[in-house]
Amino acid sequence: MLLAALDRGYADPRRLHRSGREARLLLDNAREATAEALGVRPDEVTFTPSGTHAVHLGLLGLVRGSRRGTVVVHSAVEHSAVRHAVAWGASACEVGVEGDGRVYDGDLVENACSPGVAAVALQTANHEVGTLQDVGRFELPNDVPLFTDACASMGRLPLPSGWAAAAGSAHKWGGPAGVGVLLVRKRARWRNPFPGDDRVDERSTGFENIPAVLAAAASLQAVVAERDEVNARQHGLVDVVRRRVAAEVPDVEVVGDPDRRLPHLVTFSCLYVDGEALVTELDRRGFGVASGSACTASTLTPSHVLEAMGVLTHGNVRLSLQRDTTRADVDAFCDVLPEVVAEIRSRVGL
Amino acid sequence: MSDSPGPSRDVALELDCRDMPCPMPVIELARHLGDVKVGELLAVVAHDPAAAVDVPAWCRMKAQDYVGADVADDGAPRYVVRRLT
Repeated sequence: MLLAALDRGYADPRRLHRSGREARLLLDNAREATAEALGVRPDEVTFTPSGTHAVHLGLLGLVRGSRRGTVVVHSAVEHSAVRHAVAWGASACEVGVEGDGRVYDGDLVENACSPGVAAVALQTANHEVGTLQDVGRFELPNDVPLFTDACASMGRLPLPSGWAAAAGSAHKWGGPAGVGVLLVRKRARWRNPFPGDDRVDERSTGFENIPAVLAAAASLQAVVAERDEVNARQHGLVDVVRRRVAAEVPDVEVVGDPDRRLPHLVTFSCLYVDGEALVTELDRRGFGVASGSACTASTLTPSHVLEAMGVLTHGNVRLSLQRDTTRADVDAFCDVLPEVVAEIRSRVGL
Repeated sequence: MSDSPGPSRDVALELDCRDMPCPMPVIELARHLGDVKVGELLAVVAHDPAAAVDVPAWCRMKAQDYVGADVADDGAPRYVVRRLT
C-alpha cells in the first residue's frame, strides 16, 4: 500500500498534470477514508505533519477565531503540546484533576463562563495514565468552543461529541510517524493562527506527505474495524497487569482510573526505585517501557500529569500493549517485575 | 499548613537532601523515620522537584502524616512529616 502510494502519489496534488491529478485523487481518497473511519465530514479533515502540529493548529485556531478573549481553560493533565500552544499563543487557566486523573468538571465549566475565555481544551483520554475524560458532557457557553486532544484515543475509541476542533496522531494508532489529523467542525469559528498557504486544504501548510497520509488512513480503517475485539482483549490484559503488579510488588501504586480508561495503557510507580534504572533493567529483559519519572525526562522534572494527580512520580513505568500482545507476554512481564524492583531497591539497601 | 517559616515548627530531625537526585530524598526519609519518636516531626530538605509530590505520596502510601512544605534556614524547600506509626 505504502510502496504503491510512493510510486503513484509523489506529485504535488495542486498541479493539473497527470501525476498531479493522481496525487490529488489519492489525497482525496485518504481524506474520505479518514472521515468515514472517524464519523466526520471529509471537509472537516486536515492532514498535518504531526499530532503536535494538529494540536497547535486546532487549539490556537479557535483562540484566533474567538471574539471573547485569549484565555484557554484546560485541565492540568493535558499533553505538553497543549500546554506549549497555550504558553505561545494564549493565556492559561488551569483546572485541577482528581486522584485518578479526571478533571473537576464543575471547575472546568465555572472557569469557562468567565469573561475573556476563548476556548476550553480537554483531552479525550490521558496519554500517560489512560483515564478517559468526560468530553462532550459539559454545558459550555455557546461561544466558548471545545478543543479536544484525541491523540491518545483516536482510532481505538469513537470520538466524543461536543468539540469544535480535535487532533489526532497516526503513529499513536499504529500508522506512520509524521502524520497528524486536525478536525475542524464545519460551523466552528476557526482562523488560521499561523501564516497561511495556498493548498488544496486551506488549513494545511505545505505539501502533504501523500504516501504517509494514505498509509495512515489505511491503518486507521484497520484499527477501527478490529477495535471491538482488540479493545476487549487489551482491557482484560491491562486488568491482569493492574491486579498482579498491585499484588506482587510491595510498595507500588497503580494509577489512573481502573475501568474508564484507554484499553491498552497501564501506569504504576514503585517506591524507592529510580525510574531510569527500572526502564534500563526492563529493557535488558526485552520489555520496552516508558516512564514519567524526573530522571528519565530531558527537563529533569517529574511528569506534570503524575504531579497533578498527586501520585508518586519516581519509579514510574508506563506500559503500552501492542495489538498482538498476548496473555503470555503480560505474564512474563509480571513474572520478572518483582525481582527487578527488588534488585534495584537492594542497591540502596531497602 | 504550608508556608509557615521553618524555625516555628518543632522538627526533631532535619535531613539534608539538598543535592540528592530523585528518589534519594524519599529513600532517606524512609531510612530515618525510625530516628524520631511517634508523634514527632521529621523534615526533608531537597531541591529535587519530585520531592514536592513524592513526599506527600510516600506519607499516603506508608500511613504517615504529611504536615506541609516550608523552607529551611537557607531558603531551600523543606517537607515536614509527622511519624504516626
